[in-house]
Amino acid sequence: MGQISLTQVTKSFGATEVIPPLDLEINDGEFVVFVGPSGCGKSTLLRLIAGLEDVSSGAIRIDGINATQLPPARRGLAMVFQSYALYPHMSVRKNIAFPLKMAGLPEDERNRKVEAAAKVLNLTPYLERKPGQLSGGQRQRVAIGRAIVREPKAFLFDEPLSNLDAALRVNMRLEISELHQSLKTTMVYVTHDQVEAMTMADKIVVLQAGRIEQVGSPLDLYRAPANQFVAGFIGSPRMNFLTGPDADALGAATIGVRPEHLSLSTTEGRWKGRVGVAEHLGSDTFLHVHIDTGHNMTVRLTGEAALKAGDTVYLSADPQRIHRFNANGLAIA
Amino acid sequence: MARAVSTRRKLAVTLIAWGIGIAIFFPILWTILTSFKTEAEAVAMPPSFLFFDWTLENYHEVQERSNYFRHFLNSVIISVGSTLVGLVIAIPAAWSMAFVPGKRTKDVLMWMLSTKMLPPVGVLIPIYLLFRDFGLLDTRIGLVIVLTLINLPIIVWMLYTYFKEIPSEILEAARMDGAGLRQEILYVLTPMAVPGIASTLLLNIILAWNEAFWTLNLTAAEAAPLTAFIASYSSPEGLFYAKLSAASTLAIAPILILGWFSQKQLVRGLTFGAVK
Repeated sequence: MGQISLTQVTKSFGATEVIPPLDLEINDGEFVVFVGPSGCGKSTLLRLIAGLEDVSSGAIRIDGINATQLPPARRGLAMVFQSYALYPHMSVRKNIAFPLKMAGLPEDERNRKVEAAAKVLNLTPYLERKPGQLSGGQRQRVAIGRAIVREPKAFLFDEPLSNLDAALRVNMRLEISELHQSLKTTMVYVTHDQVEAMTMADKIVVLQAGRIEQVGSPLDLYRAPANQFVAGFIGSPRMNFLTGPDADALGAATIGVRPEHLSLSTTEGRWKGRVGVAEHLGSDTFLHVHIDTGHNMTVRLTGEAALKAGDTVYLSADPQRIHRFNANGLAIA
Repeated sequence: MARAVSTRRKLAVTLIAWGIGIAIFFPILWTILTSFKTEAEAVAMPPSFLFFDWTLENYHEVQERSNYFRHFLNSVIISVGSTLVGLVIAIPAAWSMAFVPGKRTKDVLMWMLSTKMLPPVGVLIPIYLLFRDFGLLDTRIGLVIVLTLINLPIIVWMLYTYFKEIPSEILEAARMDGAGLRQEILYVLTPMAVPGIASTLLLNIILAWNEAFWTLNLTAAEAAPLTAFIASYSSPEGLFYAKLSAASTLAIAPILILGWFSQKQLVRGLTFGAVK
């Protein structure tokens, strides 16, 4: 079991309110990602769930039990930190065994569980090494090992991949997803990287300034963003926003079109423009186009495109794929 | 051209460094040399540097006249004891100041340091009277108490700066792993702070070993450490430089040897936060 519910939770540091009253339900077995720009309160929210910070008001329930006042040790949750937070003076074996030792398990049982976890995580050859002798990816795996041995109600991940290089990050992302599939334990994952959020989550919670902007599955957020912030945050490259006559014509203050929903022609189309920068990725081409209304738009083309800076192009959008927002930035249905 | 300047500069810096080093070490060297002279040679003008009749007579006489070993033992018990008691009090204190600071933590730290600015003689009489009434005069336990109190601010300050260097995420990880406060300090914080604790320990043993104001004023015979042993050679009968030097050499030798062997640890500890 690992069901977490937050009711009217707030957090203030002194006079600064970082989390205004917030409600959230995390279901058992769900992979929930908190995503948002830095300083949006996502890590604070995770630390409130962990018990590393005290809530200013409101209640946190874990499996129906009020855990608001429980110390972290008694909440039955495991956490993986951004800096890995391994114990530098202990071997990998002792690091992974530490939560079991704290739980008072006998030594032979501890060893059995540590070796089983090490096998899953490919850490068996490194069990007697100290964390300082491991690479970043191996350290991250030790941190995960330390979390899984105690069979927690839920895993909490605080930007666990941001210290890894790009290739390793993709690998670890996959490993964590696989881990979730095999363990089926609730996972709460904090990241500022919307790609991680989109690829891993069952449910994404988009946060800004401590407020929940939208909760939903990755594709729900992609297809039907509740507001302009979510629309701009989810999806890469970012959604194009247009104001002025184009928006007025559709009865909106702002309209948005994703770069992959624009079609390009060299002869005719809705917006005429000039290519500024062309980014050739091989599989995709991103064109940054200065259109005549003064806006800049990004277009995503599949495959290689024989276009370069200075070329004149015409852009059109599928009317079904245009998002409309009112003056307050809220989506118009 | 630039190279020549740099060589000359290097030479000058080396000479200055050696000069300062010798100037600092010279009194100790002179004390050791004097301890091997006769009383007449010790006060002779001009003094002889190396060419004199080397004698062990002073050491022999010092041994005859007073029980070096008992003073040595007192010094060890008092300096090690006060340091250990200090650490037991200071580790939790520094933990709370470093990891769960309150609004007034900085003020408390400053206040603790400010007690070191008070001249000890200002509180001599009240402490003396308290010691008399509690029967602590001339006892080892009494000296352990007073030296613990005197060095506690330094121990707390040193540990506080070391603890500040330990990432709080590691302690949070321990909390998430189910460790209570006691286990967190015992299994995670203390082992990680060992270099810092070791240099604090060494420095405080040295400070307590050399402490001469309280040890001289609160002891007579039973608990008298090596400081009292040295002082007993500057007596009303006049100064006996050679014997005084022999006593001093005997008193500083243990701590000098300890310092020599632990200098790497001491330097590392003292520069812990500065170069990392």
